[in-house]
Amino acid sequence: MEYSDKVMDHFMNPRNVGEIADASATGMVGNAKCGDIMKVYLKIENDIIVDAKFKTFGCGSAIATSSMATEMIKGKTLDEALHLTNKAVAEALDGLPPVKMHCSLLAEQAVKAALQEYFESTGRMTDEYRKLFDILDDDAHDHGHESGEDHP
Amino acid sequence: MSATKRVYLDHAATTPVRPEVMDAMLPVFQEQFGNPSSFYHRGQEAKRLLEDARQRIASCIQAQSHEIYFTSCGTESDNWAIKGVARALEKKGRHIITSKIEHHAVLHSCEALAAQGYDITYLDVDADGRVDPQAVRQAIRPDTILVTIMMANNEIGTIQPIAEIGSICREHKVTFHSDAVQAAGAIPIDVSTLPVDLLSFSGHKMYAPKGVGALYIRRGTRIATFMDGGAQERNRRGGTENVPYIVGFAKAFELAMAEMAENTQRLTALRDDLIEKVLQAVPHTRLNGHRTDRLPNNVNFSFEFIEGESILIMLDHFGFECSSGSACTSGSLDPSHVLLAIGLPHEKAHGSLRVTFGKSSDPEDIDRLVESLVKIVARLRDISPLYEAYLKETHG
Repeated sequence: MEYSDKVMDHFMNPRNVGEIADASATGMVGNAKCGDIMKVYLKIENDIIVDAKFKTFGCGSAIATSSMATEMIKGKTLDEALHLTNKAVAEALDGLPPVKMHCSLLAEQAVKAALQEYFESTGRMTDEYRKLFDILDDDAHDHGHESGEDHP
Repeated sequence: MSATKRVYLDHAATTPVRPEVMDAMLPVFQEQFGNPSSFYHRGQEAKRLLEDARQRIASCIQAQSHEIYFTSCGTESDNWAIKGVARALEKKGRHIITSKIEHHAVLHSCEALAAQGYDITYLDVDADGRVDPQAVRQAIRPDTILVTIMMANNEIGTIQPIAEIGSICREHKVTFHSDAVQAAGAIPIDVSTLPVDLLSFSGHKMYAPKGVGALYIRRGTRIATFMDGGAQERNRRGGTENVPYIVGFAKAFELAMAEMAENTQRLTALRDDLIEKVLQAVPHTRLNGHRTDRLPNNVNFSFEFIEGESILIMLDHFGFECSSGSACTSGSLDPSHVLLAIGLPHEKAHGSLRVTFGKSSDPEDIDRLVESLVKIVARLRDISPLYEAYLKETHG
């Protein structure tokens, strides 16, 4: 498995590892059966993500994408965070091996799961927002394999 | 970090060609390069080398020379044994018994036969990875034509009670095949007393090159031809023989037999040292496979709350080359079928690490490996939400 230097950097020196005790919202996706679980903690003030942290059980790219995704939303508005895509996370890491693309989707889902919880708990969920969370119904692993690339 | 000493600890995956083997092979590439089927002197010289190698490999397992058939690899040997017997005996029956922890070469051969209407029984193993011989007895039916159970497992190293299983097969007149790819050269195999009909071997697990294997076929065993072609291998496996590799394979097998007692002692000491130190230094760690009835060079751990590929990348960073049964390293979604078969839940199967020692292994590497593992496991657990949940559960 060849990982880019950026993936290796974010795996060996992950940013934003940890928990936020008074988090505004948390999102957890994945399951142990498939071998990856991501948990994202967000601290939100005035519609700005002032802090983001994560805990991840998973492979090198799962940890690296969690690190990168949390970096990408820190200091951003809710609106900007809502438009985070797995493609952008993967690109920011200089790409992922095709069989690992599902990890970036999982990272996107973890962030969105936390945002969903935030909108629901604060009573701000709208139909328009709800559409943005459709991605949470997708199976990240199916996506990883849609890339068409077979096992190494 | 690039100057880190590289320590190869994946000898169950493959081994380097040892110098004695290289020396034995070299002249066969360019000087004694003849085709054993050719009439003239150079051909006959190659034929002599081939038959000499066959005799020497036969001697390693107390077989007759004509019972050794050369193949391209262990996978081919498994395919030939299983599909060849199935085809030869299809009129007698279409039931095959195997175990859940076989190599994919065996499992997928069985699946291919299942697609053709054969009935396959996959026996469970116990928590240590052992097949119960009595389960084999109970599974045998009037239409059972083949039992195939590996001699030692490639992932967890557990050695199977092959003699007992073989005796039961004999009693019921069922052909018995065993994949001995990991066992050969590591533990004694004597077909003059062991009731097996077919054994698969591979060269590159014992310091011969990749691309050569063998199938032992006991005289009188009914098996169909696998590779149609010329009259090579007593008309049973067409294709010009890979004489240089076969010569290398014979040399490697002989050396492994000559050094077996010494290797067993040395490797078992390394193995037990690593097991003891890791179980002591890393909490929430489990040894997979039987504690003592296992290959002398095999160690397999599950580290709870973390995932295997992450462990491998970090170990690689520290200079250690190992393997894991995690899904991420196999490229599939499921972790190792072997670890699931011994009853591990998915998350523990994902968190496995296999270390297999070999000729280059040095006792001094062990302490550094343990030290690295302690750091790696602690770091990954720090990142793990499963460990976080565990801590909250136990410490409130």
